Amino acid sequence: MPYVTPKTLKPEYDVIVVGSGAAGGQTAYTLAMEGVKVLMLEAGRNYDIVKETPMFQTNADAPLRGASTPEKPFGFHDATIDGGWQVPGEPYTQANDNPEQRFDWWRARMLGGRTNHWGRISLRNGPYDFKPKSRDGLGFDWPISYEDVAPYYDKVEMLIGVYGSNEGMENTPDSPEGVLLPPPAARVGERLVKQRAATLGVPVVPIHRAVLTKALDHKTLPAKLHPGNARAQAILTADMQRRAACFWATPCGRGCAIRATYQSPAVHLPPALDSGNLDIVCNAMAYEVVLGKNGKARGVRFVDKATGKHEEVHGRVVVLAASAVESVRILLNSKSSAFPNGLANSSGLVGKYLMDTVGSDLSGQVPMLEGLPDHNEDGAGGPHVYSPWWLYKQQLKGELGFARGYHIELATGKRMPSLGTGAGLQWLNGGNYGKSFKKDVRRYYGSFVYFAGRGEMIPNEKSFCEIDPAVKDRYGIPVLRFHWQWSEHETRQAAHMQKTFAQIIEAMGGKVHGGPELDGAKAIATGGSIIHEVGGAIMGANAKRSVTNRWCQTWDVGNLFLTDGAPFVSNADKNPTLTIMALAWRTADHIVDRLRKKEF
Amino acid sequence: MDRRTSIQWLMAAAAVGSSLEASAKPNTKPTQGIGADPDLVRKYKSGELWPLSFTERERRCANALCGLIIPADEGSPSAAELKVEVFIDEWISAPYEDQQKDRTVILKGLAWLDTESEKRFGAVFAAAKLEQQAEIADQICKPLPKDAPLHESAHFFAKFRDLTAGGFYTTPEGMKDVGYVGNVPSQTFDGPPAAVIKLVGVS
Repeated sequence: MPYVTPKTLKPEYDVIVVGSGAAGGQTAYTLAMEGVKVLMLEAGRNYDIVKETPMFQTNADAPLRGASTPEKPFGFHDATIDGGWQVPGEPYTQANDNPEQRFDWWRARMLGGRTNHWGRISLRNGPYDFKPKSRDGLGFDWPISYEDVAPYYDKVEMLIGVYGSNEGMENTPDSPEGVLLPPPAARVGERLVKQRAATLGVPVVPIHRAVLTKALDHKTLPAKLHPGNARAQAILTADMQRRAACFWATPCGRGCAIRATYQSPAVHLPPALDSGNLDIVCNAMAYEVVLGKNGKARGVRFVDKATGKHEEVHGRVVVLAASAVESVRILLNSKSSAFPNGLANSSGLVGKYLMDTVGSDLSGQVPMLEGLPDHNEDGAGGPHVYSPWWLYKQQLKGELGFARGYHIELATGKRMPSLGTGAGLQWLNGGNYGKSFKKDVRRYYGSFVYFAGRGEMIPNEKSFCEIDPAVKDRYGIPVLRFHWQWSEHETRQAAHMQKTFAQIIEAMGGKVHGGPELDGAKAIATGGSIIHEVGGAIMGANAKRSVTNRWCQTWDVGNLFLTDGAPFVSNADKNPTLTIMALAWRTADHIVDRLRKKEF
Repeated sequence: MDRRTSIQWLMAAAAVGSSLEASAKPNTKPTQGIGADPDLVRKYKSGELWPLSFTERERRCANALCGLIIPADEGSPSAAELKVEVFIDEWISAPYEDQQKDRTVILKGLAWLDTESEKRFGAVFAAAKLEQQAEIADQICKPLPKDAPLHESAHFFAKFRDLTAGGFYTTPEGMKDVGYVGNVPSQTFDGPPAAVIKLVGVS
């Protein structure tokens, strides 16, 4: 215990969890803390956040000054290992050559998956977000409501630690008193955005991010999270004290060696391992759920990447938490006489209704922010404020031409100089060199503002994935082929983002750089590029029109669950990670309950 | 720079370290180079992951141009003193598609500088006098229309200036020059000082 190899596996586990990120981490945590024997399979290698996280390295320490490369798309020091939009030897294909119809799939083959580099933005879905069809007639309603998920949002926020504030805004839920950590002070540029955006009716409030702005309250939280479970409380009390508060340096995307931010190997896995109930096998590339003669899932088959051997492990329950699309791939590749089109796919909907987030961005330069006295703006390693969607009423009246909203993320300030510092200034100064160039770099450094919209995509029939009939990966596993199509609801929303960002930049007295792009089809980021992939195994109230029920349990196979983004019925503008964790906790509670009743 | 590239560069300037989740764009061509699982904690030197490839003549020319673009002043030494041309050599020697495209632009541009300088002044660019170097730079430091005879040279100059700036301002001397005072641990984060708040007129 706890890191095992295929040779030291136990013959049988209570639950097998495929994946170690937000979904797998939360599922395994909840189960293990409740005494359930869990095996976690991770396709990537083990990862030591303490030893491997670059905490104070500068761009001059890195190859190519830390620039983005195909192997490290978010720059050299980004935490991602063996990941990106391409993973060597693990291709995927596009059904269509049209660049507007492609879907780019981000993966991270490492313990903790994508949680190691994520933006830590932790927004709750609101009541509308669970019943979108009831509100505007489009897409689908979830079979659950905000009230079903709210207690789990509370729990996840208390466990991982989320800073933010309660603003009482429409469809932007408050957390109960005492749940959120204090938000960090806004940077000067963020304050100027707030002041000027207000003149346009755009609100700017503290964002919610999973960063410890102070140490977690280890004296009271464990009892709230694990009532009646003294052992879990003791383990968590000890582990919470091992997480340090943010020391206001180093971008969160590098990961955090002091465990001040949420990433699965910093928050979920240590206490789950301390419970003694979790085994983890790394380098285990799961590809098939084995169906028993009784019609129940018997276990999981995987390739041991260390040996190339195919292995099989057994459990009473199987939970897929491999990322929405990877879980879909495993289901579609799990064919049997009972399920010739893939496991749990009697509805034919596995792979369907794939969604990403609508993304569009714009930057500008603001003279009021030039030449300010030097001060440290690193802060919490990411944004301190954001704009929740503010036009619900106008939208409902049909005044906007698109049905769903977006929030605005923004970046300002004197951040650590990078390859972009001093680059491309000719749009401001016409192009120069020498001492005047140096003066200009000093003048403009820290005076830029960058806006990124993150909006809701409505699920559609033309955005889905399926097994490519010809292509296999390096392990011999059939790969996915993607179909993608934005609707006008998304492209018009992207154009609205551009217009809004330009207005805010101008309201700040700034100059817009290279835009705005008012053709939505050009303004919208490629499918998959925002890395908010959800859907593909949607939940519902009817077995013919959904893949799972309200417990993320597949209709067809009673002991098979999906706790990643696959059961998402809609993809609200709120970044999906917090909701993935809340649903995973809720599902894990349900599994514990059923295991105790001997129903599996 | 096309729109996408310029946004990437500007975004890097504005948003570096912000962890905005999509601050990178999909580039779908895998290649060999840094690798997908490098040691992130140690320091790297130009030339250690792939060989540098400037000829001595190119290196001298690049060094001179670095010094012309970022000369020493009261705030910091010159890019030539900091040997930023070694980083540019690392860049154009990298086995990635983007860098290979830049390689063509940079090498062609450096060769043009030497040819032009020899033609006008009878000396390669690095051996020319400062005012002679400036005479050439003055003609290509601003973007030129596509049909202008020196369009390509102006494109080269802009690319070289971007790389010189990126290479220079990421060094300790460069970071100090622009007044970056972060990357230090602290007990608290207090936000902007009162003087800054007053200057900008925010609350």
